[in-house]
Amino acid sequence: MEVFSDKLDVFWNGFLGTVQMCLLAAVGALILGALVAVLRISPIPPLRAVGTAYVTVFRNVPLTVVMFFAAFALPLLGSDASFLKIPGLRDVIKPLGTDLPYFRFATIALTLYTTAFVCEALRSGIGAVPLGQAEAARSLGLSFTQNLRHVVLPQAWKLAIVPLGSVIIAMVKNSALAAAFGVIVTLMGVVDELVSQQYYDAVPVFLGVAVGFLILTIPLGLLLDMVERSQKKVATR
Amino acid sequence: MNSVLYDAPGPRTRLITIIASIVAVPVLAYAAYRWIYVPLDQHHQFDGKIWAPIVNPGNQYFPMVWDRWQTGWLNTLKAAGLSIVASLIVGSLLALLRRQLLELRIFRMSPLKRLGLNSTRSATRTWVEVWRGTPVVTTLFFVFMVLPVWGIDFDDRLWFLVIGLTLYNSVVIGEILRSGMDGLPAGQREAAFAVGLRPWQTSWLVLYPQALRVMLPSLISQVVVILKDTSLGGLIISYEEALGVSKQMVEAFHSYNIDIGIPMYFSVGVMYIVVNYALSKLAQYLQKRLSKSGYKAVEPPVTALVSQAEASAA
Amino acid sequence: MRLTRIAAVAVVAALALGAAACGGDDDKSSSNKFPAGSTMAKLADAGKIKIGTKFDQPLFGLKGLDGKPAGFDVEIAKILTKELGIKDDNIEWVESPSKVREDYIQQDKVSLVVATYTINDARKEKVSFAGPYFTAGQDILVRKDDDSISGPESFQAGDKKVCSVTGSTPAKNIEQYLKDKTAQLVLFDVYSKCLDALKAKQVDAITTDNVILSGFQSQNPDAVKLLGQPFTREPYGIGVKKDDKQFRDWINDVLEAAFKDGRYKTAWDATLGTNVKMPTALTVQRY
Repeated sequence: MEVFSDKLDVFWNGFLGTVQMCLLAAVGALILGALVAVLRISPIPPLRAVGTAYVTVFRNVPLTVVMFFAAFALPLLGSDASFLKIPGLRDVIKPLGTDLPYFRFATIALTLYTTAFVCEALRSGIGAVPLGQAEAARSLGLSFTQNLRHVVLPQAWKLAIVPLGSVIIAMVKNSALAAAFGVIVTLMGVVDELVSQQYYDAVPVFLGVAVGFLILTIPLGLLLDMVERSQKKVATR
Repeated sequence: MNSVLYDAPGPRTRLITIIASIVAVPVLAYAAYRWIYVPLDQHHQFDGKIWAPIVNPGNQYFPMVWDRWQTGWLNTLKAAGLSIVASLIVGSLLALLRRQLLELRIFRMSPLKRLGLNSTRSATRTWVEVWRGTPVVTTLFFVFMVLPVWGIDFDDRLWFLVIGLTLYNSVVIGEILRSGMDGLPAGQREAAFAVGLRPWQTSWLVLYPQALRVMLPSLISQVVVILKDTSLGGLIISYEEALGVSKQMVEAFHSYNIDIGIPMYFSVGVMYIVVNYALSKLAQYLQKRLSKSGYKAVEPPVTALVSQAEASAA
Repeated sequence: MRLTRIAAVAVVAALALGAAACGGDDDKSSSNKFPAGSTMAKLADAGKIKIGTKFDQPLFGLKGLDGKPAGFDVEIAKILTKELGIKDDNIEWVESPSKVREDYIQQDKVSLVVATYTINDARKEKVSFAGPYFTAGQDILVRKDDDSISGPESFQAGDKKVCSVTGSTPAKNIEQYLKDKTAQLVLFDVYSKCLDALKAKQVDAITTDNVILSGFQSQNPDAVKLLGQPFTREPYGIGVKKDDKQFRDWINDVLEAAFKDGRYKTAWDATLGTNVKMPTALTVQRY
């Protein structure tokens, strides 16, 4: 147990790294996921096909394979993902700005993977809006954009919040995989450093890492439960 | 087409759609050519030398590559099959247990019994939250490193993978089934009580079978997740599943000076898509047959959607 | 061209090993060769053995396309098993990545570990070592056109990135030379990924034992170069159960004998031959 007093800073740095990666990937996946969702529901068949293909591929391929591609195909294509070195942001999120690109590669892989599930969550939200709502709006003479803006999207958004939250929780957990791809500044990197290299007892280290993840996942889950319960109340009223 | 968003298209809309499609196809094709084909080609990723061991049966390495893949996929399916069955059984038991704990009336109990019940409730709840909130990567690594120290050991690494995946997925499946049972119309439970069934009989004979059917889509997503997660076996505990053997082969080809990385991982990615796609199609077919056989599916509750999203992203 | 040469070497090696196997067959009555109750006697009686090695370490232990591991570690292990009268088919190779080697020995999952296993004091508290059968030195591999790195001190400025493998001694050794670990050190599970990263200019150097690096250099003479100035000594030992002195001494005897009668050289030539010069003497540590 002395590992906690000796190496608390290692745990803290790992925790920070995981939080930073998750924040970036969450923002990225929400934006990209919305775009892919637009593609998937667009009226133009080729665009719809692209959206559907994207989701099918990323839903059925393990994240491990996506990470392999990000870490080894991206450099091959001549990219070190330096577009992610966003001025200002990189001063706050240090690993983003370093010349070592694997933090960025792992973030990209996590973003691309999560995007598919964000898209599905949004789509399920739109799909859950009762058909009568749109029909009523159209018969009132609302245009396509008016219908979308005032009737469909406000309801779809509410219905999508809970699935979206679940996707983000899953993403936090998935970020653990990044440690296997050269990113040593995350929570799972802590296991490697303390157990494999410094011969600390494995049990307390795992306990610390698990607590790190639980701090992120459990409150989010409880929050979602609350949102869900209040929505249910509204629905049954 | 999504009819919440669109009305049936008129002639003008149809024309616009056709024109937009005609414009979109070459644009997409050019983008794929410019940003995917050209860079890969420049780095010689379409050379026959690195693809032949995979696609050309005449190549000297071809039989060995496919032989290794056969081993890998058999191991993947073995691990996935065992984990799926184990997770379903343990998950069902967990759901029934939590349901039973909920049904026990607290007000008729002695204080000691009440304390026992309350602590059992919070213990199961903690168990669920801990394993659900911890990444499978961490769980798997933990099982692999720590169980042998505690005297739980196996010669075949398969069992570490199965235990790790079951710990996580049984909890997720348990929650899917529990929320399925909770979401059923209250009349089901009340009617069962009215005909004199005990609480556990109500759960097991009336609620559980219905929850299975209602939650089938979520369960299917979770089965796909389990199959995908077996790929962690190769990376974390050196179990020789499909991705693990691919990784080994990439190393082996390095010593022949063949950089087979991209063809190898691309091919294995395609195989995962095919297997998982087939799996979900099979499950959908089963679901259709179930609903045809006289059973009218209840509308899945909101919670079903939640667990589905969570399940499919893990 | 290269492939045929490798094939030729392999055939020669196989023939040599085949001959050695035939030669060893007549002392089959192994049980009375060893003191009763010793680890050797137990293994010889069982006629089979589990050996921990790496499956992803070129030249030392690499699982080939045929599904069998090959390399110098594997050949050294086979010298020992022949002495025990165990057939190659009865050896079970257990993949032993760096992070689990001590555990595997302590938990009796393997009888011995031959896996580029550096002898050091921290490990000696958990397991015992026979050998070393090989002494490597940690060195640095850089891109051919890069003259800015001359040794581990070049990393102190903080602008150069270096790659190694998780849980390995080289990774630990290089850390003291780094200004900022987060920005300079990248750790993969295998060295070949480091090589990809070096060629793609994602990192500036790879550091590990010189033999592994010379293997990479010989595969990519146009792309990379080895500094050739080892800054550590990494004695590779054979890990056995702690305090099994009898077994350890026996392994040391076999290693010394094998070095003298040429079996060591055969193993070397078949696996490391083209990359590194064989040492002139083998000095094992007896403790």
